[in-house]
Amino acid sequence: MAVEQKELAVGQELVRIEDLHTQFFTEQGIVKAVDGVTFSIEQGKTLGVVGESGCGKSITAMSIMRLLPEPRGRIVKGKITFFPPQQNNINQTSVDITALDRHSSQMRGIRGRHIAMIFQEPMTSLNPVYTVGDQIIEAIQLHQQVDRDTARARAIEVLEQVDIPDPERRISEYPHQMSGGQRQRAMIAMALSCYPSLLIADEPTTALDVTIQAKILRNMRDLQQEYGMSIMLITHDLGVIGRMADEVLVMYVGKKVEQAEVRNIFHNPLHPYTQGLMKSIPLIGLKDKKLVPITGSVPSPFNLPTGCYFAPRCPQAMDRCRREAPPETEPEPGHFVSCWLYK
Amino acid sequence: MTAFIGRRLVSMVFTMVLVSIVGFIIINLPPGTYLDVYRAQLMVQGTSTADQQIQALEKRYALDKPVYYQYVKWISGFVRGDFGRSFQYNREVKELVWNRMGFTVVVSIASLLFSWLIALPIGIYSATHKYSFGDNIFTFFSFIGLSVPSFLVALVLMVVSSRVFGASVGGLFSRAYQDAPWSWAKFVDFLQHLWIPVIVVGMSGTAGLVRMMRGNLLDILNMQYVQTARAKGLSENIVIYKHAVRNALHPLVMSLGMSLPGIISGSTVVSIVLSLPTTGPLYFNALRSQDMFLAGTFLVFMAVMLVVGNFLADIALAVVDPRIRYE
Repeated sequence: MAVEQKELAVGQELVRIEDLHTQFFTEQGIVKAVDGVTFSIEQGKTLGVVGESGCGKSITAMSIMRLLPEPRGRIVKGKITFFPPQQNNINQTSVDITALDRHSSQMRGIRGRHIAMIFQEPMTSLNPVYTVGDQIIEAIQLHQQVDRDTARARAIEVLEQVDIPDPERRISEYPHQMSGGQRQRAMIAMALSCYPSLLIADEPTTALDVTIQAKILRNMRDLQQEYGMSIMLITHDLGVIGRMADEVLVMYVGKKVEQAEVRNIFHNPLHPYTQGLMKSIPLIGLKDKKLVPITGSVPSPFNLPTGCYFAPRCPQAMDRCRREAPPETEPEPGHFVSCWLYK
Repeated sequence: MTAFIGRRLVSMVFTMVLVSIVGFIIINLPPGTYLDVYRAQLMVQGTSTADQQIQALEKRYALDKPVYYQYVKWISGFVRGDFGRSFQYNREVKELVWNRMGFTVVVSIASLLFSWLIALPIGIYSATHKYSFGDNIFTFFSFIGLSVPSFLVALVLMVVSSRVFGASVGGLFSRAYQDAPWSWAKFVDFLQHLWIPVIVVGMSGTAGLVRMMRGNLLDILNMQYVQTARAKGLSENIVIYKHAVRNALHPLVMSLGMSLPGIISGSTVVSIVLSLPTTGPLYFNALRSQDMFLAGTFLVFMAVMLVVGNFLADIALAVVDPRIRYE
């Protein structure tokens, strides 16, 4: 089948998120799940998003997909711009995702086609009453004008690419006949079936055991090369980030606290929260190094501290941190941090 | 799948034999038999051949023999299609039941269709518009539907149909057509009478189905695979009808199987109130007057319907859900 020519311009912006505010309106009050986050995802690169659960990383992804449970949870401010990659030498016009109706055909044409997503729970991400093949073919036929046989051939091809053995036979199996790892591979296959420019992977390997994790991550990286796509990898596992990401975004209670290249995050973390995260991962070979957990716990979204949200748990907190929220600064090129220590 | 059907068929036969034994014993539990009543009647009439008649009946049904002998005699007739004789009506049980079976099935199936056709769309609407104005209205009415006894609704509708539409009340036909042969006019008359029992019988079921559909669909809409379907770029309608509703149907299919015996015995009270020529009132009378073969036949029929209903529901479930097929 005709593979689309997608001219990859590594380093060019694919998605730009500016000052994104996503809020949930609950009976107890408003939850500012994402509170003024700005970042870009570049073509062909992997952006890792790290943070504790509830920090807004998944909600950021849902905002990009426009899959929030509107109107209960919605984007109240900010802009998400999608720049479709050049195709067959034709420049595509950019799309303001925040301005679209989430049910509109234009948004549905982006979802699954240009931006695909895989979820944390492989056991429940596939519909139990349809075969894996039917679900992949459904996605292909939705976005590409091909007949069922072509779509089926493409589905088998993509299942083979994600290392599912004997795809001709397994394509007609139901999800419950597959293991967790295979289901997640099938999900990835479904996501890749329409050649997306961006794959959002929300904790893709968290529910799987470690040996399968490694295989799936390696497979994802290989396919990223082959497809020339960007990945937004959401995880709380710094090991996964170290293996996969080019750029890392650290989030804390809905805010971006630090963003840098992956090397800088690991070797020169600036924000005390990032430093804390680094100290709490075990490293082989460093016997004497003790693991230091971050003290305290994430503040309640209904009772946020004034000033910097991390101040109550921060070992280096100053008076000013408890009064004023720190602005974002760039102490070294390409390394952004929101902390009074660097002002 | 074949092995599954075979296993189910064998257990069905066992269930039915057990039910018929238990049923027969229960029918025989109250002191005395219909013959005692009958003998008293004949005595009053002063019939000279009373004793002989009673003895002939006793002999015919082996009523002088022990219960297990009676049972075997009756059930072996059952297999041949001889259900015994009704004492009360002095007719073959088969005739009595068949006379009423046609109307019963029509009324039951019409009301079943009525409740499903109304309940499913409302349930889906309520679930997809949770806590909206429409959902609250439907919820309010379905609770009313659940809590108002159906005989009351029957009485109200009878008043309405006689006062407002001037139609004759009760039964399935006007007096003019009662014994007339089937014709277009009789059919129209039949439809004019049918709507009351269909609405009355269907309504209580509808309310329950709406609640069930709403609850199931709400659970399913929270499942990850529904989000996956949306993330593919599918339109909300396809997400709901193709991916969510099909998964929410299980308990409803199961309840459909359970409602099959209701075709015979269901809505007895409503049928009595509306004086419908259905099997419900017949069954009720048979139990009251210890008309044991008539009552026993109903009991076995209902057991058959329940078992067959569950069997059909299991097959339907296997069609709806592949996970059941492979167990």
